[in-house]
Amino acid sequence: MSVDTATVAKIASLARIKVSEAEIEAMVPELNGILAWVEQLGEVDTSQVEPMTAVIPNTLRLRDDVIDADPLTGGDKRDAVLANAPAAQHGFFGVPKVIE
Amino acid sequence: MSTYRIQGATGDWEVVIGLEVHAQVTSNSKLFSSSATAFGAEPNSQVSLIDAAMPGMLPVPNRECIRQAVRTGMAIEAQINKWSRFDRKNYFYADLPQGYQISQLYHPLVGEGSLTIEADEKAGIPADKVIGIERIHVEQDAGKLMHDQHPTMSYVDLNRSGVALMEIVSRPDMTSPAEAGAYVAKLRQILRYVGSCDGNMDQGSMRCDVNVSVRKPGEPFGTRTETKNVNSVRFVMQTIEHEASRQVDVLESGGKIVQETRLFDPTTGSTRSMRSKEDAHDYRYFPDPDLLPLELDDAFLEACRASLPELPDAKRARYEGELGLSAYNAAVLTADVDTFAWFEALLAETASAQGKQPAEVAKQAANWLISEFFGALNKLGKSLEDSPISHEQAAELLALVGKGTISGSIAKQVLETMFETGDNAGVIVEREGLKQESDTGAIEAKVDEILAANADKVAQYREGKVALFGFFVGQTMKAMAGKGNPQVVNEILKAKLG
Amino acid sequence: MTELTELGVAQIRDGVAGGDFTAVEVAEAFNANVAAAQEALNAFIIATPEKAIEAAQATDAKRAKGEALGKMGGVPIGMKDLFATFDVQTTAASHMLEGFKPQYESTVSQKLWDAGAGMLGKLNLDQFAMGSSNETSYFGNVISPWKRNDGGNAALAPGGSSGGSSAALAARLCPAATGTDTGGSIRQPAAFTGTTGIKPTYGRCSRWGVVAFASSLDQAGPMARSVQDCAIMLEAMAGFDAKDSTSLDLPVPNWEAALSGDMKGKKVGIPKEYRVDGLDDDVAKSWDDGIAWLKDAGAEIVEISLPHTKYALPTYYIIAPAEASSNLARYDGVRYGLRDLPDGANLQDMYAATRAAGFGPEVKRRILIGTYVLSAGFYDAYYTQAQKVRALIAQDFAKAFEQCDVILAPTAPSAAFGLGENVDDPLKMYLNDVFAVPASLAGLPAMSVPAGLNREGLPLGLQVIGKAFDEQGVLNAGLALEQRAQFAAKPEKWW
Repeated sequence: MSVDTATVAKIASLARIKVSEAEIEAMVPELNGILAWVEQLGEVDTSQVEPMTAVIPNTLRLRDDVIDADPLTGGDKRDAVLANAPAAQHGFFGVPKVIE
Repeated sequence: MSTYRIQGATGDWEVVIGLEVHAQVTSNSKLFSSSATAFGAEPNSQVSLIDAAMPGMLPVPNRECIRQAVRTGMAIEAQINKWSRFDRKNYFYADLPQGYQISQLYHPLVGEGSLTIEADEKAGIPADKVIGIERIHVEQDAGKLMHDQHPTMSYVDLNRSGVALMEIVSRPDMTSPAEAGAYVAKLRQILRYVGSCDGNMDQGSMRCDVNVSVRKPGEPFGTRTETKNVNSVRFVMQTIEHEASRQVDVLESGGKIVQETRLFDPTTGSTRSMRSKEDAHDYRYFPDPDLLPLELDDAFLEACRASLPELPDAKRARYEGELGLSAYNAAVLTADVDTFAWFEALLAETASAQGKQPAEVAKQAANWLISEFFGALNKLGKSLEDSPISHEQAAELLALVGKGTISGSIAKQVLETMFETGDNAGVIVEREGLKQESDTGAIEAKVDEILAANADKVAQYREGKVALFGFFVGQTMKAMAGKGNPQVVNEILKAKLG
Repeated sequence: MTELTELGVAQIRDGVAGGDFTAVEVAEAFNANVAAAQEALNAFIIATPEKAIEAAQATDAKRAKGEALGKMGGVPIGMKDLFATFDVQTTAASHMLEGFKPQYESTVSQKLWDAGAGMLGKLNLDQFAMGSSNETSYFGNVISPWKRNDGGNAALAPGGSSGGSSAALAARLCPAATGTDTGGSIRQPAAFTGTTGIKPTYGRCSRWGVVAFASSLDQAGPMARSVQDCAIMLEAMAGFDAKDSTSLDLPVPNWEAALSGDMKGKKVGIPKEYRVDGLDDDVAKSWDDGIAWLKDAGAEIVEISLPHTKYALPTYYIIAPAEASSNLARYDGVRYGLRDLPDGANLQDMYAATRAAGFGPEVKRRILIGTYVLSAGFYDAYYTQAQKVRALIAQDFAKAFEQCDVILAPTAPSAAFGLGENVDDPLKMYLNDVFAVPASLAGLPAMSVPAGLNREGLPLGLQVIGKAFDEQGVLNAGLALEQRAQFAAKPEKWW
């Protein structure tokens, strides 16, 4: 499978990265080189193999339902949450107006 | 089969409806962080670093949310998957801080199940109908955007971001607005019984994505549209009505239905295309590498099952069978958690106050609750939750009637006084001298007076105008200020009138 | 007395505890080196001398009161700028996060401070840890302190992505530094600079508060100038963290106390597939040296096979970009970091402009690859297939470890290359991690120790890969190599 300029433009749009025509042109051969290389995986017979789910055997722990159990995972910290916001206003994050 | 049809210019059209219900899981803290879930808090006050997707933040799942979803699955007799996992659904939106929603696509927690909606002739549901439920998966809610605070900006509040939702996906088994409405109502009833969702649709705890398509009978499914976030049973029905006729209009005028996301506008009762979500959907789902597969053991599942309450269908059957209630009363009393809880408490108190088995007093309690008490509450504009009197107080009142201390009509009067004063029934009866008079001597004396004063009517009665009996009863009761025991009054009157 | 900046973790810890010098003296010495080298090496994105002094004062005060000092008491360290540090700029070497001051501290850095370490500064790295030469940092290349012995003055790569860490260690700007390893980012820079680093078993060190690159691969680890120093620091960094769902709920062993270079009764596996065609002669020779050293230490050498080795890199370059494309979606200009809002832009325009301006070319390249391999119609062919091959690679290791206790291999296929040599060819750059990536895909502990110098006078590293949870086995084999390699070379100071 290889990509053309239209595909690269579409991927860039999905990834929300603005790219110029010239950047797209440059990326097409680069991405095709990488994709052609990774496609050698197709040689491997994996018909009897389950995809890896956990790299080290381990089970998912579930936590107790306790509010603000740990200050690092709990709420009630609006100032900390908004401290780095480019456009914090009245306790909200501001974004360009969205029309739904 | 429902016979709901849209009559178009080219003939009749069937409607096919599938619903995706997002139900907020009842939990103290969020699905993957420990911030609170309470409704109506100050903006961004219930947001953790995790909910705001700060760099390096990681999710840890809340056991209670998993437990509630499993219990819900059990309540719709669904397959519970002991091995499931979380996937990321990738898309960009201002209410989605991570740039992906943690959801379950490939291996949901709950598989195939179903629920039954009851026949309702009036609504056009001729018979009970089983609606298939494809799956229930657990996922994160998004934040909230506010558009009215600033001329050029929208404001983002992440309080809701990361709250646990169950997405309950039905099969496209519904064919009329009424069936869809009944499905949502039944689902809500089950969720509230189970306690996994409070069902507060006005607070957004339950929201429906309504998938609608139309087709000519016998033809394959048409292209569907999805109307997002419809938040009441009535609006769900309106959405379907509007969307179905819109689609018929489009098709009959030679157009095509576009598979798209639409928005319901409650003020106009219509739907419109949602511009912001028109992007090509390619969510690039893949297993969330921050989370391991979710594996549930038998002990966990057993505990979930053991904690399930009696469910609506079973309860209704028991009310009719064991308690001997009418189908109507059983349906009314099992409609909601608050109602049956009140009824069952009242029933227990009433039985013990009168030294009887619940089944012996169930009809009395049910009839009184539905015909007297609900009416009285209605007049006050109150619901059971904020009833001015407790079920213990109500049981005392019923016991007074049951033992013949007061009559049914006096009981109404006592209830009103109880509402006004909060006093117990016994106290009121005592204070206001409302005890029923059963002493035959006293009643005989009154009856004699009445018969003497109405000699002409006595004569007419004896000549065969037996309908006058009621007149004599009324006069006697009036003379006794309503306190005469109606049974004794009847007996004495009958004897005296010959 | 030797210069304080020549000392390692154990020596500083013991010296401070024993009163040979104060922690403040140590911090001041390293602070001075950091400042002096900044312009030439660019190893730090920011220096935080006051943090180093503050921690040192606390250690000295504790000692004065007769209180026990922590595992890292009095040791100033460099912190890779991928770890969130409270109210101290944390950038992942990106323009996107320039100026970002986390209101939280990563679990690993907090553990280090709790153990008595102090922070000299935030170390430069490849942007979002994506790179093998530290040439993708928004804050400029890190220059290796090493030079070839050809009399030329070519600037060399310190390796990547932990290039700031490796350069700072080699140049004696710090006695130890944190690293993170997704596909070799601790081991390859260690090999390039004659330093030592270990990537523990996946899940040993909490990922909480570490800017994510590829979640199923990312693992923090220590970098230092000796095996013992790595053992000490790893003890301070590792441990169960309930905030990380993939964290291992295991006690932290006392690795330092159990260190032993005696390999009697141990079997060392030599993977035949790593002896690739055209393997650099010097690298091949150092590998043979390593085999001889471990034999000398008492080990039995066995040939093993890891048949899916050649598929490891392509597998990695599907899985890592796929995870990264999603992990980096949060950088959208809404809650923190860069916002680029062109006139009249709507929300989606803002995202696209912000991400175009905030990410460098290599980050964009990987996000695009990751987006593509996950997109509709391609997911199974790329991602699912890669996760299946990954399972096969892990199985290869499991089978090999039925025959041996540890595996010995080169860390990288070559010594450090010149800056700019590989930047125009992403594939050539990726190939640098050919020996490092398999262990990452299998989540296994692996370390690099210096083996000697090549004919150009540049360091080469040897890699030890161990069984899951067996950091001790890896450290011990590393120690056996270290004792015999007697690596004492250091870059001549030119900065």
